[in-house]
Amino acid sequence: MRFGVIVFPGSNCDEDAYYAAKDVFGQEAEYLWHKDTDLKGADVLILPGGFAHGDYLRTGAMARFSPIMGPVRAFAGRGGPVLGICNGFQILLESGLLPGAMLRNRGLKYRCEHVHLRVEQTDTPFTRVAHAGQVLRIPIGHGEGNYFAPVDTLKTIEANRQVVLRYTDPNGVVSDEWNPNGSVNAIAAVCNERRNVVGMMPHPERACEPLLGGVDGRVIFESVLSALTSGGSKGPALQMAGQ
Amino acid sequence: MRARVFVTLKPSVFDPQGRTIAEALHSLGYQNVEDVRQGKYFELDLATTETATARALAAEVADKVLANPVIESYRIEVD
Repeated sequence: MRFGVIVFPGSNCDEDAYYAAKDVFGQEAEYLWHKDTDLKGADVLILPGGFAHGDYLRTGAMARFSPIMGPVRAFAGRGGPVLGICNGFQILLESGLLPGAMLRNRGLKYRCEHVHLRVEQTDTPFTRVAHAGQVLRIPIGHGEGNYFAPVDTLKTIEANRQVVLRYTDPNGVVSDEWNPNGSVNAIAAVCNERRNVVGMMPHPERACEPLLGGVDGRVIFESVLSALTSGGSKGPALQMAGQ
Repeated sequence: MRARVFVTLKPSVFDPQGRTIAEALHSLGYQNVEDVRQGKYFELDLATTETATARALAAEVADKVLANPVIESYRIEVD
């Protein structure tokens, strides 16, 4: 499988995502510069963490206008799997590919630590080999990860089961104390209605090897590899994505 | 013409920065400052002499770029 890692000026987790795809999972990987419009045959796209375009105006606000985002939108429209991590999640929100918006963390501090996440949905290409209720320990690193959606939107995404991960305690129980940024409904990851576009604040690419303090991020990559190789009953038909 | 665009978080959206500033002011003794909302301010120089055109252009730019309608609202002044 071929991973396309999109590189914006200011991206700083692009090499981590590329390394995870290529070196940890032995897949093909390509960097895709934000001014390009060729996805180079990627089967899955990752919008990595960082500070795209310096996060000027709002996090992710300028990246929405990068030339690569046209093809990204079209790829998503064909059902191709797209994962936004941290700043990549913020870009997907600003692009309207995912619902909601990000606010400053409730405590105003940049939070850089491991958090616990409960898997809520397993019918997305990035969680399909996880099991519902599974608790993952994955690091975060962000100042603006306080997920917000207006009441009506929140109702819709909960009803549509678009909340993919929630911040919890180590036992998978949601509580204010274990919510690192004040996200509404403890939301750490959401997907679109079609479920092929997922945005998450935690960094799975930083949790793929024991040396880095944990391997719970592997399930995100293993899921999309499973989705792309086997198709199967869970999630959308992804085989068409690259065409 | 010049348009001034003021962007703020919607009243329903918690503003942690504004809250922190308000608490700082309270700690300095400014108890009469009841609340603070932090926002952004933009000055747009527009190649038009029509007030209505300027206002419409500023609103379009604010809708598309300057404000995120999910969390923010804006106010425009033109002169």
